[in-house]
Amino acid sequence: MAQDSGTRTLISHAQLRRGRGRFIYWALLTVVVVGFTLVFLGPLYWMVTGALKSGQEIAQTPPSLFPKDPQPQNYVDAWNNLDLAKLLFNTFYYAAGAVVFQLVLDTAAAYSLSKLRPMFGNVILALMLATLMIPAMVLIVPQYVTVIDLPIVHINLLDSPFAIWLPLVANAFNIFLLKRFFDSIPEELMSAALVDGATPLRTLWSIILPMSRPILGVVSIFAVTAVWKDFLWPKLVMPSPETRTVSVGIYAFAGGTPMNVVIAASVIAAIPTVIVFLIFQRNIMSGLTTGSLKG
Amino acid sequence: MAITTVPGTTRKPGRPTPPHTGPQRTSLGRKVRDNLTGHAFLIGAVLCFVVFSWYPMIRGIVMSFQRTRRGETTWVGWDNYSRIISDPSFWPAWQNTLYFTVLALVLGYAVPFFVAILLNEFRHAKGYLRILVYLPVMLPPASALYLFKFYAYDPSEAGLFNAILKALHLPTSQWMQSAEMTMPAMVIASTWMNMGGAVLIYLASLQNIPGELYEAAELDGAGIWKRIRHVTIPQTRLILALLAMIQIVATMQLFIEPLILANGAGAEDSATSVAYLIYQHGFFQNDLNGAAALGVIMLVVLAGFSAAYLRLSAKQD
Repeated sequence: MAQDSGTRTLISHAQLRRGRGRFIYWALLTVVVVGFTLVFLGPLYWMVTGALKSGQEIAQTPPSLFPKDPQPQNYVDAWNNLDLAKLLFNTFYYAAGAVVFQLVLDTAAAYSLSKLRPMFGNVILALMLATLMIPAMVLIVPQYVTVIDLPIVHINLLDSPFAIWLPLVANAFNIFLLKRFFDSIPEELMSAALVDGATPLRTLWSIILPMSRPILGVVSIFAVTAVWKDFLWPKLVMPSPETRTVSVGIYAFAGGTPMNVVIAASVIAAIPTVIVFLIFQRNIMSGLTTGSLKG
Repeated sequence: MAITTVPGTTRKPGRPTPPHTGPQRTSLGRKVRDNLTGHAFLIGAVLCFVVFSWYPMIRGIVMSFQRTRRGETTWVGWDNYSRIISDPSFWPAWQNTLYFTVLALVLGYAVPFFVAILLNEFRHAKGYLRILVYLPVMLPPASALYLFKFYAYDPSEAGLFNAILKALHLPTSQWMQSAEMTMPAMVIASTWMNMGGAVLIYLASLQNIPGELYEAAELDGAGIWKRIRHVTIPQTRLILALLAMIQIVATMQLFIEPLILANGAGAEDSATSVAYLIYQHGFFQNDLNGAAALGVIMLVVLAGFSAAYLRLSAKQD
């Protein structure tokens, strides 16, 4: 990217442009580009072509680089047997809901902690941050027991998307990120808005949020990734086949399905996110690298 | 109270505030109202924390001292703890989890940092390399792990890794079938599919290092390694520390890797993790109380880690 070539990094530009430095730079760049392509793209190639191979071809030694007799039927079988359309729809539905719930509730909370600063705000923040130290596995049993019989209201959330959405709101890391970002917005803007008679909600909506697009993007990415990557929790709280997520669905089917069909299913499951990622990669990258963390 | 409350100031949050409130309006009523507004914004998130985080935390501790049989809950003291500790998989699970944590710190923690330093130096192909590193993060974890299980870690010579090793005339490995290779194999798979996020976060903090620092170091005659040691690492210390903690918490929960790559326990219990043992007790052996006890043990161990870590970082300052 040309725009950041102006900043000085570990090694100076001048050094990289002169004779030996220049040679090393280009040699290293070539090695890294080829190496990274093999390491990160290679397995994906193996996955796409492997799923086209027949059972015998997969077991052959040494493995073949191209499928000799491509079997697109594996992909058709995967799509039909696993009901992938349903699994993908579920996963995107949960991810979208997670984004909405986290954006609304976590942003409001971070705004309150950063700008409105009510009594005991710091205590609440400290209690939230303390949960960062608690691995999800420690809570999985009591959380599960809570979700199948919510205290006071006695509702069972099994197979309900709220069982995924609401626990994700309790995300101290996102609140911390948002609060840090809001902290950097000058106080004068707040008092100016107050003088103009804007309510806190109005200030949040028309002043704070428009300034916070990068961090809101980052939180959305984290929310989607969390749903996408989580396995055990959706496996536990979405027990019926109709409500499963992709990852859980593939796992549930892997037992009695030929492995090339399982891999074909994995390829299909990966396609939508990879496409979404490639379309939004600019926003995702710049969001992750500029908006989020300053060390 | 000497301050008199101006009537009508305890409005509900969300109502417009009249402009130019005089100094007398910073009264008790105003304070109460401001606080109510603040808490109104907080309430949604706080309720989620109460129900799904803080309450389960306490409930987990309580459950670990109880036993529920046929709907009847009784206090059983340390019974759950002694039962879980005498599980033959208890010590192997801890050994494996700590081994994984250490390996993941060496590989999964150091590698992304150096990859980020390298990527930060390049002036070409930057976008392409970043996309490559982040691509595996986009795969569903089960997909990525089946890819490793079926193609890379196939113990015969039809497996990708063994084919490469054979082509290089190196000894092939049984991978997941051999107790020694199980953990390294899981760390490799786990690092491959997760490192993208860490690389991007490091890149972000590397870009915030002022260039003058490097220039000054260079003028003082510092070579590349010295510049990394005395400029890059101190400048990114906060992020390095934060990610180290996040990584330790994450690796302690090792679960899906053993479940998929090793069908749970693996060869000679070489893959059983603490998280897997919690899952086994809680959801297969109908022993939610034992699982809760193991969760509490995990929490105590982690608290020990944090305390040691805080001490270490306090000493450095």
